[in-house]
Amino acid sequence: MTPLLSVKDLHVGFGRDPKANEVVKGVSFDLAAGETLAIVGESGSGKSVTALSINRLVDFGGGRITGGRITLQRGDGSMLDVTKADESALVRVRGSDIGMIFQEPMTSLNPVHTVGAQIEEAFKLNRGLTGSAATRAAKEALERVRIPDSAQRLKYYPHQLSGGMRQRVMIAMVIASNPRLLIADEPTTALDVTVQAQIMALLAELRGELGMSMIFITHDIGLVAGIADQIMVMQNGVAVEQGALDAVLDNPQHDYTRHLLKAVPHFNGGRAVRSDGSRVAGAAPVVRVDNLVVRFPAAKGLFARAAGAVHAVDGVSFDLVPGETLAIVGESGSGKSTTARAILGLVGTTRGRIDRASGRSPRPVQMVFQDPFASLNPRLNVESLLAEPAIAAGQRRDAKLRERMAFLLARVGLPDDALTRFPHQFSGGQRQRLCIARALMLNPEVVVLDEAVSALDVSVQARVLDLLIDLQREFGLAYLFISHDMAVVERIAHRIAVMYAGQLVEIGTAASVLSDPQHSYTKRLIAAVPAIERRKQVFTVDATQVPSLVRPKGYEPQPSRWREAGPDHRVRLETV
Amino acid sequence: MGLLRAVLRHPSGRIGAAIILLFLVVAALGAIGLTPHDPLKQYVIDRLKPPSGTYWFGTDLLGRDTFSRLMLGIGESFLVAFASVAVAATAGTVIGLFAAWWGHLWDGILMRIMDVLLAFPAILLALLIVAIEGPGVATSITAIGIVYTPIFARVVRAPALALKGREFVEAARTFGSSQPYILSRHLLLNLVAPLTVQITLALAWALLTESGLSFLGLGTQPPAPSLGVMLAESKSMMTRAPWLMVFPGLTIMLAILGFNLFGDALRDILDPRTQERPA
Repeated sequence: MTPLLSVKDLHVGFGRDPKANEVVKGVSFDLAAGETLAIVGESGSGKSVTALSINRLVDFGGGRITGGRITLQRGDGSMLDVTKADESALVRVRGSDIGMIFQEPMTSLNPVHTVGAQIEEAFKLNRGLTGSAATRAAKEALERVRIPDSAQRLKYYPHQLSGGMRQRVMIAMVIASNPRLLIADEPTTALDVTVQAQIMALLAELRGELGMSMIFITHDIGLVAGIADQIMVMQNGVAVEQGALDAVLDNPQHDYTRHLLKAVPHFNGGRAVRSDGSRVAGAAPVVRVDNLVVRFPAAKGLFARAAGAVHAVDGVSFDLVPGETLAIVGESGSGKSTTARAILGLVGTTRGRIDRASGRSPRPVQMVFQDPFASLNPRLNVESLLAEPAIAAGQRRDAKLRERMAFLLARVGLPDDALTRFPHQFSGGQRQRLCIARALMLNPEVVVLDEAVSALDVSVQARVLDLLIDLQREFGLAYLFISHDMAVVERIAHRIAVMYAGQLVEIGTAASVLSDPQHSYTKRLIAAVPAIERRKQVFTVDATQVPSLVRPKGYEPQPSRWREAGPDHRVRLETV
Repeated sequence: MGLLRAVLRHPSGRIGAAIILLFLVVAALGAIGLTPHDPLKQYVIDRLKPPSGTYWFGTDLLGRDTFSRLMLGIGESFLVAFASVAVAATAGTVIGLFAAWWGHLWDGILMRIMDVLLAFPAILLALLIVAIEGPGVATSITAIGIVYTPIFARVVRAPALALKGREFVEAARTFGSSQPYILSRHLLLNLVAPLTVQITLALAWALLTESGLSFLGLGTQPPAPSLGVMLAESKSMMTRAPWLMVFPGLTIMLAILGFNLFGDALRDILDPRTQERPA
């Protein structure tokens, strides 16, 4: 039987001389109908370029296929060499044979049209449906991707839907053409972990219903474990290892595959938490947050008074002692970042107290941001960047300050000549090290790490985490570690606080929260963590949405009641 | 200087720099009196002579040498253009920065004033200001400066607003950096690229507006020549002595081209992300 897609010795290059700047250097694979291939690799490995070559979208990014063959079996049984096809044939291929979904659903959808109109358009172009037939088909497509109240949602604009909903709309548009092959390029990377689990479950179900093949591109080897039949590991444009899923995962042959499998933070359900530096009873906290409330006015209309408020953080209390890591976990919109910003004084508090220790530093709390590309001014060199906190504290740029810069640069593992270089000359991981060095310039007591390793490749992530743990021991730092990634949290946290819809729902030692979650939301969060070990497990599509945080004026939440679930492990009682 | 050397390595920067340098040299020579003929002296016998070995660009109705007058006129027009753009860029940048930084009410007030100014056609507003203040070089500078202030305010405000929300500004706040430090280091420094582009464009416009004002008799006053004055004097003799119009006109065109090429090169060089691969 001929495979649906056969790629032979594919070479793709970029720039004026594509042969000299090859990004993909000879990749071959076959994909049978109904099979799923996962292409795994870190950024720059050529995995996306390989996938984009299959429907020749790579041409629009400036790439040229410099060698090899891509043979696609079309719907009518004819074979087509994609590398030699002309543009008009390619348009038909992209429309009806190959569907594609991208990482960021907001940028893939047109913001000025309703999602209904956009799905109908897909049906018009690919199936020739018009009028009420197209509308009916669009509604069915939304139901197919498990969007409740589909008739209502057709009239929504993309910005009115959540990220997970938008990605489902994208999938609905793609399946409108009933493609034989679906290419998914990091479709869940921008989504929260529970939403990611929902989308993955949906894709697995749709694949069975429609009998389509899938190519799934991801950096997260743990994520594809549950869905792929075959796996291909790429590094620097070459497929270093490919084969059946179980063979590759259980018995990796290539060093890089082994390295990736090792670097992926494995979630062990609380069995791999840190054993060092546990809390000393009676230690004086460096940060104490007591019943913190942050609300933002939500105005309706241009000149109207505030009709209500967004309850971003509602009644959060915790304390942080020296040398300890408290991880705040939750999904986007849960208020974890707002809590951190309130502690730094970046947002005003509506109510509650935040006490910060006034100890060894003029600025006891410092912060490292998520995106190391956005948090460094591109026009300042490293010396000016590192000097800024000191200058702000009234110090002068003298020999002593340079000595501290050199010390910290060496400590975070950057070369000595870094001082005169600019941020764009560093990689993402190096930039994040730079941000860490900058946060340590004033010898703070507390460092707030807001998704500080989320934007990094897995192997870089592991090394930065190790550095953070070393620095914590060396300088006696307390970390407030904000993250959505449970596997990362397990590696660094001593204690964990779970936030949901602006409120704390569970707090306790890392081991007890991860191994014995009590609150239903914590349980859901932990169940959604993808893991190689859990690849045989079947997920069901769960469409639970986070409730709206906009409350009418004068609304006060119910006072929370808590129960003890163990030593240093408290859970909020759930109202039924 | 490293920056100048980088501009000269840039292909279009080299051409732009050459044109601007040529005009600056010509203007300087004119200013210290090194012209082939006395620009104000009337050679009555040689009236309306076409370009020749003696009079390179010909003579006008009063028998004055066009080339010598052009040398003086370039200096006059460039002076007004540079001075007025300096006024506009300074005022516009300050207004735009503060509108973005303070936000809310101040943003509204400052930018609505800028919108009102922007609603008038440039030459009409300049005419209005000159009509109030009386003609002359100083008033043209003020008038053209005011006319182009709103454009700078807008060009600065939009990216400043975006920069204000960037993480590195937020990071600066967590260090407790002072407002002047954030405004100068994090905002202004990142605005260098759009500002240089705008300054070169504005130099070209200001040159045109100055020519327009002088053409209408409200800028540089005759007998002192400026490019606009020379164009105005040529208009009645357009068919008999086309060289009187062609040379000042070509000069204006070439100067604008020079500024634009130079500005493009500067933008490529000042942006550190494009440093390694000049276009």
